[in-house]
Amino acid sequence: MSDEKILPLDAWHRAKGARMVPFAGYQMPIQYEGIMAEHKWTRESAGLFDVSHMGQLIVAGDGAEKALESVLPADLSILKDGRLRYSLLLTQDGGIIDDLMVTRRGDHFYLVVNGATKEGDIAHLQASMPGVIIDHMKEQALLALQGPKAADALSRLAPGVEALTFMTGGMFEIAGVPAWISRSGYTGEDGFEISVQANDVEEVADLIAAQPEVKPIGLGARDSLRLEAGLPLYGHDLDTNTTPVEADLTFALSKRRREEGGFPGWHRIASELDKGSILKRVGLAVEGRQPVREGAMVVDGEGNEVGRVTSGGFSPSLEAAIAMAYVPAASAEAGNDITLAQRGKIFQARVVPMPFVPHKYHRKGAGK
Amino acid sequence: MSLYFTKEHEWIKVEGDIATVGITDFAQSQLGDIVFVEVPEAGREVSQGGEAAVVESVKAASDVYAPVSGAVVEGNAALEADPSLVNTAPEGEGWFFKLRLSDNEQLNGLMNADQYKAFVDSQ
Repeated sequence: MSDEKILPLDAWHRAKGARMVPFAGYQMPIQYEGIMAEHKWTRESAGLFDVSHMGQLIVAGDGAEKALESVLPADLSILKDGRLRYSLLLTQDGGIIDDLMVTRRGDHFYLVVNGATKEGDIAHLQASMPGVIIDHMKEQALLALQGPKAADALSRLAPGVEALTFMTGGMFEIAGVPAWISRSGYTGEDGFEISVQANDVEEVADLIAAQPEVKPIGLGARDSLRLEAGLPLYGHDLDTNTTPVEADLTFALSKRRREEGGFPGWHRIASELDKGSILKRVGLAVEGRQPVREGAMVVDGEGNEVGRVTSGGFSPSLEAAIAMAYVPAASAEAGNDITLAQRGKIFQARVVPMPFVPHKYHRKGAGK
Repeated sequence: MSLYFTKEHEWIKVEGDIATVGITDFAQSQLGDIVFVEVPEAGREVSQGGEAAVVESVKAASDVYAPVSGAVVEGNAALEADPSLVNTAPEGEGWFFKLRLSDNEQLNGLMNADQYKAFVDSQ
């Protein structure tokens, strides 16, 4: 069939009627009943995603914090136990090697990196952080439960998770199975990410999927959900040629680190923070219903290519075409008109603030 | 009336010298949720194997090729307002366009329903 690796839940997905496709080196479920229905179900109830292709790493040992600060622009000194932060692995030129989540878990850090980039990330971390323990948790699976009813469903199985707030996590049990659960995700909805041993994941997935609020959701809807949420996808919206300033991810550059530096690419990034970058990632509302997809050109009045669409599609929630694109910084303000070209056809678009669909994270102090 | 199919998963219903063209139920199920369809305007000449229409699902854009040559007499305007007709009624209300056949001989190279079913089963 192919060289793709098999997820721990492969048979489970097939039994649920998934259509499997190659993605990030794995056979993965792109859809079960259909992308549109799965997308809407997640926005209205709760969707269960298998994201076991992602890399789960432990970084430990004396000096782990300092070593991680040498490769990430995050201020880990203020990252409290059980807290997560979005961060970036950067090249010496400030390009993005990967985006990731870093969590302080007691005496070590827990990182979740992208599936397609995990092997390269590990090699990069090993080369950059000699003497620090880096454990790739290959026998660990990862699920995400996302949507407004995720807390109702999961708290029935793992009482106490409802008390977590956005970007915090802790150890829980689901039917006796130890699970690291954080209140996080990549759909813009409230929800959780659940890390369990691969041996246990089928039992846990069955229990979660048996909750009336929950349906399994494929990669197709995961992509349309994260696009609506304005969240960039590595390898599409981010790569080693884009910097955090261009990508509009300056929130990932902690205040102390911006001032002190000491992470790869700091000189270029500090200069771009000061003077601005040439290009900037923006959200676009495209006129009409026809999707303008990754690879379409941003063109100026003379038809010259001045930027590029990096993600685009039809928004099931808005019933309209939306996209992310890199455009000249001078045109990046909301309300600006942008012209796109795809397969010889011209499309009109307008810069709009992201997210396209409001985030519904369960933030501290926000109440239920 | 005769019904023909292509390896590109189109159906062609022929009545007199008018052929109605759409995509098969198998094709729509493979494409998934259809969100946009562009059909050719009346008067356009299309030639066998040439691009005639565009269909976009949530996932991807696909070209629809003219299964036979002819002059388009009507594009299905209903698809502009409701592209999901292609999902719900691919071989009915979700038709793409009608054309006046310019070469009836081209029909001889197409599959009938049984041949098409065998073709899909072999995929």
